[in-house]
Amino acid sequence: MTMNRQESEKLIQEVLEVYPEATGKQRAKHLLANDPTLQKSNKCIVANKKALPGVMTARGCAYAGSKGVVWGPIKDMVNLSHGPVGCGQLSRGGRRNYVTGYSGITVFTDLNFTSDFQEKDVVFGGDKKLAAIIDEINTLFPLTKGVSIQSECPIGLIGDDIEAVARKKAKDIGKTIVPTRCEGFRGVSQSLGHHVANDTIRDWVLPNRDDQQASIESTPYDVLLTGDYNIGGDAWSSRVLMESIGLRVIGQWSGDGTLSEMELIATLKPKLNLLHCYRSMNYISRHMEEKYGIPWLEYNFFGPTKIAESLRKIAARFDETIQANAERVIAQHQAEMDAIIAKFRPRLEGKRVLLFVGGLRPRHVIGAYEDLGMEVIGTGYEFAHNDDYDRTFKELQDGALIYDDATSFELEAFAERLKPDLIGSGIKEKFVFHKMGIPFRQLHSWDYSGPYHGYDGFAVFARDMDMAINNPCWGKMTAPWKQKAQAVGTGVAEAA
Amino acid sequence: MPSVMLRNNAAGQLVFYITKKDHEETVVALEHPGPGQWGGEIELADGSRFYLDPFEQAPKLPLTVRVKRL
Repeated sequence: MTMNRQESEKLIQEVLEVYPEATGKQRAKHLLANDPTLQKSNKCIVANKKALPGVMTARGCAYAGSKGVVWGPIKDMVNLSHGPVGCGQLSRGGRRNYVTGYSGITVFTDLNFTSDFQEKDVVFGGDKKLAAIIDEINTLFPLTKGVSIQSECPIGLIGDDIEAVARKKAKDIGKTIVPTRCEGFRGVSQSLGHHVANDTIRDWVLPNRDDQQASIESTPYDVLLTGDYNIGGDAWSSRVLMESIGLRVIGQWSGDGTLSEMELIATLKPKLNLLHCYRSMNYISRHMEEKYGIPWLEYNFFGPTKIAESLRKIAARFDETIQANAERVIAQHQAEMDAIIAKFRPRLEGKRVLLFVGGLRPRHVIGAYEDLGMEVIGTGYEFAHNDDYDRTFKELQDGALIYDDATSFELEAFAERLKPDLIGSGIKEKFVFHKMGIPFRQLHSWDYSGPYHGYDGFAVFARDMDMAINNPCWGKMTAPWKQKAQAVGTGVAEAA
Repeated sequence: MPSVMLRNNAAGQLVFYITKKDHEETVVALEHPGPGQWGGEIELADGSRFYLDPFEQAPKLPLTVRVKRL
């Protein structure tokens, strides 16, 4: 059932009734029925606020934002988890950032480096240990281009001076060392980790080559890809599209990216900075615009409609050759995309999707679902800010639910009432909804599939959504002895 | 005294952005819009007002400045 604005508001009120008065009052500010005409979100929804005690949140921590999203995927440097061993081990590889190269030689992202803090390090301080570790890394892996120190909670609590160690060791070994103050307790979610990590790029990486000449020649078609999701290879399916319209991609941040690409920016100023993940990389994009005069442009590579729109928007910033190339590339893929839509749309038409994902996937994938004839009836972000909601309202249909930092209770209540045909969220929600008998796709890691970006990715996306929704298992949710005689077997026949 | 980044958006409007708060608003009125003196009182789309010490010439944007809340 698709709800209008009044019905959505009524549902929100019903869900809020369960909470104690004070909690209900707070949560009411995070829930909203969409009005696509809204321009600014700060009057109608509260975002980026601390989760309330007593309700379950799906958020991560600042360390997750810095290590997992911004620094973690940089492949030619060691991203050291500085603190107890668990944070590094549990966050290793979870986001499925694919990289090219040889492990231990050109790629270090698949290895887990940690300072393994013990009681004595907390009592006596861990700076000496950190210095020893950096020397050890440099001895064991001499081909690393640098080290980023990702602080875990204890580092901030005991007041270690990782900046001083970084400065000293950078001089000793002659490599870039980036101390990142991304202790987990900072901020309300992983969002602050993105910001802290962006600030360290600004302070510790970009200025390194400010006074140097570019080592390669620049062209008028140089672009930089920032904030590609790079889950299951997204960065590559975006990159080929940029290259096919005649642009030269001089760097990918941070998926399959290198420290050298980041440092290159200061010398080889690209003409345009293409920003996919606004939430995690907007800070550094704004800084580069101010310092180096590199303009930035947001784009969206999910689903053929949005891809065509984005390619035209990007091409409009360049000359006519690029614009002609963009039209040619769009036309080239048209037949292939039509075939995918013709195949999957009849199987997915009218299916309703409930999304609850991290920074900005919800608003980016709405277009892809609409290409397949599906509608998004509710969406929310774990760690968005108001500027994300500003950009979401117009993408979403009137009356759709919007929930900021939804609690597990709210999500379950919405799912029970709305009975969506598909839920897209993370691993923490997956099995709850499986047990409720609702098809589910993990949209944090593309459920071990991918890529979903670009034309290549849309084929995978459409197939995966079909696979989830039309899986015969959903016809088997009632025990055979509870089914009416004639209903047995129809689920399989429908899906086949 | 918030630190604010001023930039022009795609539509050519002046945008006021407080990094710490992720607060982005368009500027609806600028006391001294140039040519010549640039700055002074700034009024935002949400009604809040700030004061920026005027520049002698319109500066190159984007630019991070300190402003006073009025």
